[in-house]
Amino acid sequence: MSIQVRNIQKQFGAFTALDDISLDFPTGELVALLGPSGCGKTTLLRIIAGLEQADSGQVLLDGEDASGTHVRDRQVGFVFQHYALFRHMTVFDNVAFGMRMKPRRERPSEKQIAQKVHELLNLVQLDWLADRFPSQLSGGQRQRIALARALAVEPRVLLLDEPFGALDAKVRKELRRWLRKLHDDLHITSIFVTHDQEEALEVADRVVLMNHGHVEQIGTPEEVYRHPATPFVYGFLGAVNFFHGRVEGDGLRVGDDHLNHAAGSFGQGAEVVAFARPHELDIVVDGAAGQGIAARISRILAFGVTARVELDGLNGATGQHFEVELTRERVSELSLEEGQSVRLLPSRLSIFEQSHAATAGAGK
Amino acid sequence: MAGATTLHLGGDQATRFESRAATRETPLVKWLILGTALSFFTIFLLMPLIAVFIEALRKGWETYATALIDPDALSALRLTLLAAVIALPLNLVFGVCAAWAIAKFEFRGKHFLITLIDLPFSVSPVIAGLIYVLVFGAQGWFGPWLSEHDVKIIFAVPGIVLATVFVTFPFIARELIPLMQAQGKEEEEAAIVLGANGLQTFWHVTLPNIKWGLLYGVILTNARAMGEFGAVSVVSGHIRGETNTLPLHVEILYNEYQFAAAFAVASLLALLALVTLGIKTWVEHRAAVAYRNSQDDAS
Repeated sequence: MSIQVRNIQKQFGAFTALDDISLDFPTGELVALLGPSGCGKTTLLRIIAGLEQADSGQVLLDGEDASGTHVRDRQVGFVFQHYALFRHMTVFDNVAFGMRMKPRRERPSEKQIAQKVHELLNLVQLDWLADRFPSQLSGGQRQRIALARALAVEPRVLLLDEPFGALDAKVRKELRRWLRKLHDDLHITSIFVTHDQEEALEVADRVVLMNHGHVEQIGTPEEVYRHPATPFVYGFLGAVNFFHGRVEGDGLRVGDDHLNHAAGSFGQGAEVVAFARPHELDIVVDGAAGQGIAARISRILAFGVTARVELDGLNGATGQHFEVELTRERVSELSLEEGQSVRLLPSRLSIFEQSHAATAGAGK
Repeated sequence: MAGATTLHLGGDQATRFESRAATRETPLVKWLILGTALSFFTIFLLMPLIAVFIEALRKGWETYATALIDPDALSALRLTLLAAVIALPLNLVFGVCAAWAIAKFEFRGKHFLITLIDLPFSVSPVIAGLIYVLVFGAQGWFGPWLSEHDVKIIFAVPGIVLATVFVTFPFIARELIPLMQAQGKEEEEAAIVLGANGLQTFWHVTLPNIKWGLLYGVILTNARAMGEFGAVSVVSGHIRGETNTLPLHVEILYNEYQFAAAFAVASLLALLALVTLGIKTWVEHRAAVAYRNSQDDAS
């Protein structure tokens, strides 16, 4: 089933949680709502579920306005960050709950219920826990039970609110893969909320990036990562270096230094911010003055496949920190040392006007 | 009022604190604190309780039994239980409704409602009784209308029930509000999303989660309902065999210098209280177990 939201507006006192949000969630897709905490993503999810009321705007489920439909009639499955399992019920009773609450004439027999529950518990690979209570399960197990419980009522859409937020890193990764696989099997339209960019990029078909109640960008994980539309997206998805500068001639002036990169459509003298990912920066040991950004190496971390070099800006970029990713061969080839003064040359730069960039720093 | 559970939480930590040399106090300090607490407990709580039973039995079992099966005493017992039996379900319904509304919903006037619930705690019981006299008494607001329709509230059983309900008003609500607030509303939301209606949600999700707190509140309400003196005294009129509750009956006997009988009836009240305390301790224990389980659940 498709979900559309139209011009959703939501205010909490003086705080605008959602500002005129319109989005389409096509049938069968797994979409991630990604953003920092307080960006309104959970509120949007709860409005779609009906647990929260929008001040204005519409939620369309399968093309029909659901604004007047009660939560229990919307046929959505909702998975909470803190599981919200019924603590006094066994795993079996938790999963059976939705079916048992149906009006008598729609309610399946206890035998059918039991069959369905075991089917679902098998699906989440936890059938052996049917008689346990939630307090006897690990976090990852609880969340899988919560998912089985949500699926028991055969929801038309599945909404997951930071489903792995309360779990430790290893379990998160495991459940991420597992959720993706489950979605590939069931093909149920799903939206999940997360503040973890890695999680969103890894699991989702499409990513909706949100910030301060606005949608910043929508796209496939590849699109949003490769071609961030705004400084915020740039800063939020992965590590990033930024340079404050002014358009001058056919390049950028950053403090006393100069970068030879076409500034595109920006006018002469425009205040801009340029972004480069750590792997898009190269280090030059004996560069001419004024070419590239002067910086001093503060640390070299060479324990991974690639080496990470951390630098402090000099001249115009004093007080700023940069991060460069190089191959280990390159590091030894340049014989870099901590404390050494070098120059940074970007192989690629994304340039945004200064006013838009204010939020980028806050993102990460 | 802090809740059944909080009382038991310190247990584990206290033992750990005491068993470590680094945090242990000197024996002198320990015995000083313990001694003070114990002597206070003995002088002010234990001795009076024992005195009640000794005085009650001073003139032998026969006098004791006679005092208890005296028709006036029996009717006082009946009235006391009646007041408690009526006050309990009323406050149960009201307390759960109020706690549910306050803990799970946001609405205008919420703080006013919380303050209102506390009113019976802050107002002296005598004044509480007086309020009813002023409202329902012969010279009160509804007095003429009531006497026209031949309804007697003040100096009659309804007045006693009303006064009892009033003074026991806050116990259940006060017990449940922090508990329900701590539990949040996620489980209720989960139930609603799964298709449960309001009643089903309350019955299958909310109620099982609060049952121990609720029982604790009921016990406190019951204890207070049976022991209330001030408010009931004002509205009762002290008509023997009709509007006397057990506490009032004790006072009358005492004022008539029937000390043995007074203490005998008092011992009956004390026994009721002890039974209540016993049940309360058991409930507290169960609540603590339930709380620990739910804590595991949250971790």
